[in-house]
Amino acid sequence: MRFERRDHPSRALTIAAPIGAVLAALIVAGLLIAIAGANPIRAYGLILKGAFGSRLGISETLTRTTPLILTGLAAAVAFRARLWNIGGEGQFYLGALAVAAFGMIPAIGALPAPLAILLCLIAGAVVGMILLLVPLGLRLKFGVDEVVTTLLLNFVAVLFVSLMIEGAMKDPLAFGWPQSVPVPEAAELPKLLARSRLHAGLLIALVMAVVVWWLQSRTVFGMRSRAAGLNPRAAAFAGVPLGRTLIAVACLSGGLAGLAGAIEVMGVKGYVTTDLSPNYGYSGIVIAMLANLNPIGVIAAALFSAVMFVGADSMSRALSIPSYIADVTVAMSLLTMLVAIFLAQYRIRR
Amino acid sequence: MSVLLDILSSVGMWEAVLRIATPLILGTLGVLLCERVGVLNLGIEGIMTFGAMVGWLTVYSGGDLWVGILAAAAGGAAFGFLHALLTVPLGLSQHVTGLGITLFASSFSYYVFRLAVPTASSPPTVEPFRPLAVPVLSDIPFIGPVLFNQTAPTYMALILVAVLAWGLYRTPLGLAIRMTGENPHAVDAQGIDPIWLRIGTIMAGSALMGMGGAFLTLAAFNSFFPTMVQGRGWICVALVVFALWRPGRALLGALLFAFFDAFQLRLQTVVEGVPYQLFLMLPYILSIVALIVMARRARVPQALMQPYRRGER
Amino acid sequence: MTRVLELDSITKRFGHVTANEDVSLHLDRGEIVALLGENGAGKTTLMSILFGHYTADEGTVRVEGAELPPGKSRAAIRAGVGMVHQHFALAPNLTVLENVLTGTEPLWKFRSNRAAGRAKLVELSRKFGLKVDPDARVSDLSVGECQRVEILKALYNDARILILDEPTAVLTAQEADSLFATLRQMTENGLSLIFISHKLHEVMSASDRVVVLRRGRVVAERRTAETSKEELAELMVGRKVQRPERPPATPGKVLLEGVDLALGGKGGASLHGVSFRLRAGETLGIIGVSGNGQTTLAGLVSGLYPPDSGTLLIDGQEVPRHDVPHAIAAGIGRIPEDRNAEGTIGDMATWENAVLERIWSEDFSARGVVKRAAARAATEEIIKGYDVRGASVDGRIRLLSGGNMQKLILGRVLNAGPSILVAAQPSRGLDEGAIAGVHERLLEARGRGAGVLLISEDLDEVIALSDRIRAIVNGRLSPAIPAERADARLLGLMMAGDWTAAEAIEAEDAHAL
Repeated sequence: MRFERRDHPSRALTIAAPIGAVLAALIVAGLLIAIAGANPIRAYGLILKGAFGSRLGISETLTRTTPLILTGLAAAVAFRARLWNIGGEGQFYLGALAVAAFGMIPAIGALPAPLAILLCLIAGAVVGMILLLVPLGLRLKFGVDEVVTTLLLNFVAVLFVSLMIEGAMKDPLAFGWPQSVPVPEAAELPKLLARSRLHAGLLIALVMAVVVWWLQSRTVFGMRSRAAGLNPRAAAFAGVPLGRTLIAVACLSGGLAGLAGAIEVMGVKGYVTTDLSPNYGYSGIVIAMLANLNPIGVIAAALFSAVMFVGADSMSRALSIPSYIADVTVAMSLLTMLVAIFLAQYRIRR
Repeated sequence: MSVLLDILSSVGMWEAVLRIATPLILGTLGVLLCERVGVLNLGIEGIMTFGAMVGWLTVYSGGDLWVGILAAAAGGAAFGFLHALLTVPLGLSQHVTGLGITLFASSFSYYVFRLAVPTASSPPTVEPFRPLAVPVLSDIPFIGPVLFNQTAPTYMALILVAVLAWGLYRTPLGLAIRMTGENPHAVDAQGIDPIWLRIGTIMAGSALMGMGGAFLTLAAFNSFFPTMVQGRGWICVALVVFALWRPGRALLGALLFAFFDAFQLRLQTVVEGVPYQLFLMLPYILSIVALIVMARRARVPQALMQPYRRGER
Repeated sequence: MTRVLELDSITKRFGHVTANEDVSLHLDRGEIVALLGENGAGKTTLMSILFGHYTADEGTVRVEGAELPPGKSRAAIRAGVGMVHQHFALAPNLTVLENVLTGTEPLWKFRSNRAAGRAKLVELSRKFGLKVDPDARVSDLSVGECQRVEILKALYNDARILILDEPTAVLTAQEADSLFATLRQMTENGLSLIFISHKLHEVMSASDRVVVLRRGRVVAERRTAETSKEELAELMVGRKVQRPERPPATPGKVLLEGVDLALGGKGGASLHGVSFRLRAGETLGIIGVSGNGQTTLAGLVSGLYPPDSGTLLIDGQEVPRHDVPHAIAAGIGRIPEDRNAEGTIGDMATWENAVLERIWSEDFSARGVVKRAAARAATEEIIKGYDVRGASVDGRIRLLSGGNMQKLILGRVLNAGPSILVAAQPSRGLDEGAIAGVHERLLEARGRGAGVLLISEDLDEVIALSDRIRAIVNGRLSPAIPAERADARLLGLMMAGDWTAAEAIEAEDAHAL
């Protein structure tokens, strides 16, 4: 048996791949639910109901989608250029922390809201960038694989957050809970829907997806970063400055992950804790792959993950199935997606 | 200064080094095997988590401690098989597949754990491995309790280092494994199927990772809780580079690491005014430093991360 | 005569492509058979089937009368078939002994018997005159030594039939001669050999019998003594292909000059003290055995790296900054040595491949935004003007055949109107028809007044296209001789590093001017 690359992977297959992958993951998760003694169909029904069945459910789902779009984009742009940024989690946290730190400057709180928001968003993005530029620098300078360094830096970043919110940035009014000082009111993102947590960050995320799509498909930068990822040697022969291109990619990727953290703290929580992110950074990797690295596809993939997470919460209360089933499904869909992409590109011959 | 000396001369500190090193030794050997045959296995973090959970669950539901270790090895091998299936015959990205395995294996572990223990505020415990004093040798002052009063899995890990070193450098199978990591075409040309050799070796390496995880719940601690692996898997991946892909040096690396870890733990209690988080960051930062130091010197297996397909070069 | 090997009606298809069709072939004891054919004629596929790497769709393989089970290389090895691959199947980080021993013992043995293995290896290497140090790391060996290790590997497995896939592709003429002498000696020890080649002269000098393969079929079989180069050439190609004639040159001013250039090896040999001049309207051919610095020289002139020392003058001006965009802007057109690894990005669209190297120019981008319409129009023009078959502007380029890919590369380079053209191995791996097309384009560029730097390992190509010829040996350039004075012996000497004759000719030539 051997695999042969298809000459023309059909459009239909390319679109069918993620759908098939998600279905396969849902079937596997369904088996796990069945083993736990519940009816999978009913469980999925409850998940959908939890995610979409009420005004609260919808707003929660969309709130959850927001950071996932951004971390998904962060992974997608990096992976396109074969920059293995697995550090989205750490960049997310430091981006969030940057906002809180920035908010401690009295002048920021005194600014008009749009300006304060803009500055805080930039602060988050810049810190995210810096955290990714370190491992990229190590790769370019010493040849250190960035996968392991970005992974390790995630732990360092979270410990640093913990250090700050128990120390210099600790909120004195939080009854001893380890949490940062709150972001100033001027820097809070406006709500999209009254009496819900849904905030303007969703719009920012959607705009960013379009911007990234435009950058990748229409600009010299996009073309170069794709070339650098697909065939670095040929890209260098064509005069693509590999180092500079990767640095630009890292700025975009780290910036997006940092932005995700900033938006989460400015839109939802208002302050930083060490449980701000339920693995948003890692989920971003899954989402990027599910979207086949397509920025617009990231929106759909992020929505799927958010539905699973929000829906599983309410389903687990009703059926006493551990809500970890959502994580299992999402992780499983990454693996099935990898296989699906492969099957869309290759045919099996005997 | 005398505080430092006190720590360094205490039996407890050195005893802890071997204990802390054990899961790292097993994990590093596992990664080393996989990479020697040419496949990066970033599934380690999840596989260790699964090993920790399954080992604990086996013992919790009445199994023998060794059965727990065995279950963890089997579970590790199963996830290794999945990783191998996707990366070897299909040739999918080893980076992404490995991360997928990690995410899947860890969330699956949490799911199963929660099913088994639905509502417990504090995680239930099992009776873990007890230190096993080696007769006569453990009576040697200082050296005795440090080296010869460890738990059985620690002795096993040390023996495995020797077994692996012998296996890789002295047996035909080991030669074939090293060759596959260098040039699978060469192995194929000699009539050995590199695909199956890779699959088998990855499974063996992943079994070691699973055992490393089980050590955490069955010897180091006595219960399972989510996120308990705490990046140990990633540290093992870094240690393999530090070890230049040699089992002996892997042991050395793991011990060095464990030494720093044991040292910082004790230092935390005596040094005032330094936030504990800084101490906790140390292992991760040291791993990065190790990578930087070794990156240029490393003789990376030439076929690492290169999928092998017959007739494609 | 005993028949040791028989391939009977082998057919192998890959998808729609039939690689081998009804191929039958036999080998007698002590015989050397040459399997002759162009690239893509199906030679390697056939041998891979014999060796069990592929399974034939139809047909059987018999070794000494016994049928080989299909698809099992182990069975082939056991039956005494050894294969020496064109790309060496060696592990550079392991020793010679380790490379030879792999797979020779049962895998599940507690301890491998190194001492016995070493003794056998030393004995074989003595018996067949294949000298090599068993404990040397393969990465420290020369290409010739690596090949010896490959042959020893087969002999170690007690091979009685040896198959060599393009054994001389990476050897110097002298190394090739000594290889064939060794092989001849082996047949006297009872071995039988098949070697795959597309080089007529070595087929003529080294084989007993020739089997010619074309498009997957056996088209002819001849006793070597009863055929000629000319007949074989026609059989191999299937028709007479007229390569274009080179009109006399009218060299103009110096366009490109290297003065004492030195550059540390970038994936190839280093350059030392390289000086040359390239004039408008002439072709300077650089010959040499692979791995002597061609790649580094091509990369240097192409702008991939600036020289460590020395000066590069373009149009008489010292270049202030030498990188790819500046090189292209200064009028250097570049045809890379490896179309797939360097020249194109397989998974990008044809139009992207066509414009990527000039994406910075105003023609194709403005303020960082790609001018897609202009880029696609330019690509359309290349596809039409250069007859790139099978290409569509938006299709992925990896679907193109080698010849058409090369046409696209020629198009993107020549449509920019370069005054200097660097062509590295421009017809490597192409069939005769495509080669003629490439040569025509190169001559056209020269006719337009461009200076062409042709770096090639194909002597016939260099003699046919160049006005002056230099050899590159260990990163140094030989004196230049006019193409009219070139003959096989002189070029052989130049490539081997003996430059006395070439020096005399260069001096004479300079005198005459």
